Amino acid sequence: MNALSEERSERRAHALGNVFLHAVYSIPGGEKIKECIQCGTCSASCPTSYAMDYTPREIIAAFRAGLLERVLRSNTVWLCASCYYCTVRCPSGIKLTDIMYELKRLGVEFGLVQEGAIAPVLSKTFVDMVDRYGRVPEIPLMMTVLLKKNPLGILKMIPHGLRLFLHGRMPFLPHRISGISELEKCSGAMTDALVSGLHPGSGIGEEA
Amino acid sequence: MEFSYYPGCSLEGMNKAYDKSARLVSKELGIELTELNDWNCCGASAYMSIQELRAHLLSARNLALAEKEKKDLAVVCPACLTTLTKSNRYMGEDPKLRRTIASALKAANLQYLGTVKVRHLLEVIVRDIGEQEVKAKVSRPLSDLKVAPYYGCQFTRPFGDFDDKEFPVMLDTLLKWLGAEPVNFPLRAKCCGGMLMTTNEPVGLGLVKSLLDCAAQNGAECVATICPLCHITLEAYQGNVNKRFATSYELPTLYFTQLMGLAFGFNRKELGINEELISSKHILAKHVEAV
Amino acid sequence: MAEKIGVYVCHCGTNIAQTVDCKRVVDYASALPNVTVAREYQYMCSDPGQDLIKKDIKELGLTRVVVASCSPLMHEPTFRRAVEEAGLNQFLFQMANIREQCSWISENKERATEQAKSIVAAAVKRVEFQESLDVKKVPVNPNVLIVGGGITGIEAALQIADSGKKVYLVEKEPTIGGYMARFDKTFPTLDCAACILTPKMVSVGQHPNIELLSYSDVIGFSGYVGNFTARIRRRAKYVEEEECSGCGLCTEKCPVSVPSEFDCGLGKRKAIYRPFPQAVPNVPVIDKDHCLYFTKGVCKVCQKFCPRGAINFEQKETYTDLQVGTAILATGFGLFDASKVKQYGYGRLPNVITSLEFERFSHASGPTGGKILLKNGQMPTSIAILHCIGSRDTNFNEYCSRVCCMYSMKIAHLAHEKTGARVYEFYIDIRAFGKGYEEFYKRILEEETTFIRGKAAEVTDVPQTPAEKGKLVVVAEDTLLGIVRRVPVDMVVLSVGFEPRKDTIETARIFSISRSQDGFFLERHPKLAPVSTASDGIFIAGACQGPKDIPDSVAQGAAAAANALSLIDRKEVTLEPTVAFIDEKSCSGCKICIGLCAYNAITFDETKKVSKVNDALCKGCGVCVAACPSGAIEQRNFTDNQLLAEVESICATGK
Repeated sequence: MNALSEERSERRAHALGNVFLHAVYSIPGGEKIKECIQCGTCSASCPTSYAMDYTPREIIAAFRAGLLERVLRSNTVWLCASCYYCTVRCPSGIKLTDIMYELKRLGVEFGLVQEGAIAPVLSKTFVDMVDRYGRVPEIPLMMTVLLKKNPLGILKMIPHGLRLFLHGRMPFLPHRISGISELEKCSGAMTDALVSGLHPGSGIGEEA
Repeated sequence: MEFSYYPGCSLEGMNKAYDKSARLVSKELGIELTELNDWNCCGASAYMSIQELRAHLLSARNLALAEKEKKDLAVVCPACLTTLTKSNRYMGEDPKLRRTIASALKAANLQYLGTVKVRHLLEVIVRDIGEQEVKAKVSRPLSDLKVAPYYGCQFTRPFGDFDDKEFPVMLDTLLKWLGAEPVNFPLRAKCCGGMLMTTNEPVGLGLVKSLLDCAAQNGAECVATICPLCHITLEAYQGNVNKRFATSYELPTLYFTQLMGLAFGFNRKELGINEELISSKHILAKHVEAV
Repeated sequence: MAEKIGVYVCHCGTNIAQTVDCKRVVDYASALPNVTVAREYQYMCSDPGQDLIKKDIKELGLTRVVVASCSPLMHEPTFRRAVEEAGLNQFLFQMANIREQCSWISENKERATEQAKSIVAAAVKRVEFQESLDVKKVPVNPNVLIVGGGITGIEAALQIADSGKKVYLVEKEPTIGGYMARFDKTFPTLDCAACILTPKMVSVGQHPNIELLSYSDVIGFSGYVGNFTARIRRRAKYVEEEECSGCGLCTEKCPVSVPSEFDCGLGKRKAIYRPFPQAVPNVPVIDKDHCLYFTKGVCKVCQKFCPRGAINFEQKETYTDLQVGTAILATGFGLFDASKVKQYGYGRLPNVITSLEFERFSHASGPTGGKILLKNGQMPTSIAILHCIGSRDTNFNEYCSRVCCMYSMKIAHLAHEKTGARVYEFYIDIRAFGKGYEEFYKRILEEETTFIRGKAAEVTDVPQTPAEKGKLVVVAEDTLLGIVRRVPVDMVVLSVGFEPRKDTIETARIFSISRSQDGFFLERHPKLAPVSTASDGIFIAGACQGPKDIPDSVAQGAAAAANALSLIDRKEVTLEPTVAFIDEKSCSGCKICIGLCAYNAITFDETKKVSKVNDALCKGCGVCVAACPSGAIEQRNFTDNQLLAEVESICATGK
């Protein structure tokens, strides 16, 4: 890397770190992240950390070293199952699960996710469905995700789907709630509030 | 005892049996559940992974609607419980968040003043209804049916101060009242992986295998669940677990409300047990009369 | 007759002079009413500075003195002494703080100077209303009460007794010795705890100046420095201490066996028992709750066999009042209850034990005769020691318990020596701060103890591989590698942290001392006065002040002894006269003040139906003064006149 691109990447790392920290501070109790003593309880409590490129503890270490980008580009954050073991056991009282959510949001916002990851697609599809119907019908959700990520996977799902259908567990049409326009209005009002500075933190630049 | 009932999206889809059985046993126990009119999806983990404030807004609309009814909110899905409780609590602790959401709700002439409590039906039954009244309804005890009580993650973590966060016991207690035998199940509150089964199947299968191993090793004849996602994860993927790990699991998985319903005398069809993917006929025949 | 006030403005080097124009302040002060003389000087607290004041008092007949300089906390005593030496009552002096409250907080010279002028004017106005007060001197009773007979209390007792003063050593248990008597070896020397402790215990038992009241509690404590009364409850041992020869026949013959507290419930003791063989006093006690005579009216075998007729079932508990001049609290600590952290399986999984339980196993006179054994009677081939249990954790105790790293390493050594097992230590940081401690760490490393940097997240018996079957698996991230490890072992030792004893709240109430946020007793100053408390004459020492090891406990015991002796050898103490006083005519008898006084210094006179302040007990905190609805209470040297004069002056001149 030449000097200019090194400087640019350092500034980018700095900016990313700042946005992250600022957002974390807006979570009640978020400033506890500063008190991480790197004990590793979170990593050892995590049911999926064995499969992560960076363990939960390493995320905070990476942030401190300005290396958050490589964490976001790894498989780590989308392997979090929100089991909250880390949050309830952390000796410094850090709400790591909420921080994971923040990292997921940051990754999606800045396009920093692992190549080919399905989880962000699933979540984005979920959001689309909620915004459109107010509720999430499971089968259309699965189908949409599979279509986007793994069309051939639909074939694998057919036996599952058939079983469910035969057992009377296939819902048909998505239910659209009457309050859907109400929700849209509220969302709109919130964007205005954000623009006028009422609440800092991620959510600005709403379109995922 | 009256509650606004919030079924959650997954009860409309593949887990109608949970909804059916929950309503039946609640009625039997005198818990009046009135479905919250026009409730919207709570957003669960997925929405919060993309949008923070809009996720809180989803919860706030539900809470505002519930507050209008002047009743607390009863849920049967721990993810709904955690998501709604988180928004409830954070709005209470953070004035800025509260104001932002309040101004958003105003656009639809809604308001939320923070008075609603969100509770899981299991907790309501064990703590509010209690042993005497539940036992009084047991006309057909489950005669030592060996059940692995599976709580999953989000029942007590992170906000459930009503039971232990590492080794909760509420479901065990209820099962005993029904005459069943809750087996020792050290992995009772360990993660099933949830959505990971869709996004990273190998990891998800590994987690489910540990749970099935533990249940089997401790002599469980079936698993009792209190979460629709845990339920489907444990039930629908046993075949995949078997394929991947060369095991042969066929462990029936039942909702706690279905087990309650059986003990109260309802039949399989009424409780939606006939929709199960793994048959519980043989174990129920052994332990439950004339079912 | 008008007062003659002398005002002295200190430069304090450049501390004040750099910001405040002292000359202008002096000129201003000279022009104030009743100011006879105003001077400035570089260092008023120095000898020449003080001499300025003394000279003016003698030659100009000053009746009041104001020094404008630093905080009274720094030099009020200095100037008061100077003023007294010149023949003027020390309470006719007032300090004006133009440093901490003026020059040090201002960058604007003009403002600072104006502010200094205002402060000085206020002090001048105030001092006019001040009156002569006489300090009270009370004699100091040379007896010392020491509460707690662990190593700290023993050290303090011996130091004071050796100096010729009388010590009352009150100990709750049947024997002195405390926790140290339960340890096997001590770090870093690996001295046998009993070997170094018991000689001291014997000295205490035999010392002519120490009166040992064992199996006793302090239930009341009143009075003031130099003159305290302690009410002691002496519980019934049902054994006559003077008759008992310590032969132990009664213990042998007793048919009742119950879990032994001394052995953490791992071993047994009889209903008539000595906690351990070298107990001092070497007199057994009868446990009423399990003795067959007390519970069922039968047996009495101990009495039948006792050759000295020392068993007395009719013995009653007695109460006694002790007159002492000082008290030292050395009540020790408690241990964190590991069952609170469910993920480690203490109480649920077999072979998960605490550090103290390990000590008892390791001890030659413990429940296994010194062998480290699993529940199935076999020796462990692998042992994991988990650091920081209940400590450094916002879910339990936030503080670091200081000694656990070292005792964990000691346990590793004992485990290695006695079992040859593979020993793992799961730690976050290694705290080896004392003399010989780092060297001990090196020794433990040399013994091939495996240190894994990562706090254990849980201990599970659910195996994931065949190697884990039948084992306890410790799950921790090896943070130095970034890998989560599952380490199967036979035995897990939990290094639990120190906590305040459960009865600390009660003890603090009895002695009217405070506790810090972590619940341990509060010292007067964390660095400069670690063994004193805010209550004169009451000292704290050892683990009751905070977690600490034996060397530091002994040091504090000796320090507290020195503090006590210093007070005693002064023969008398000075009581500040700036206490509250009640105007009987204005007192309405509402008694509001009595309930508010934290020092129990106010009593009610039933005949006159008014409240009265005990000068000696009053600390001058001012709460009653503020609370009195009739305005009947004032405080000497802080009377309404004085304070109002100051306030009015500030309001008139302040900017």
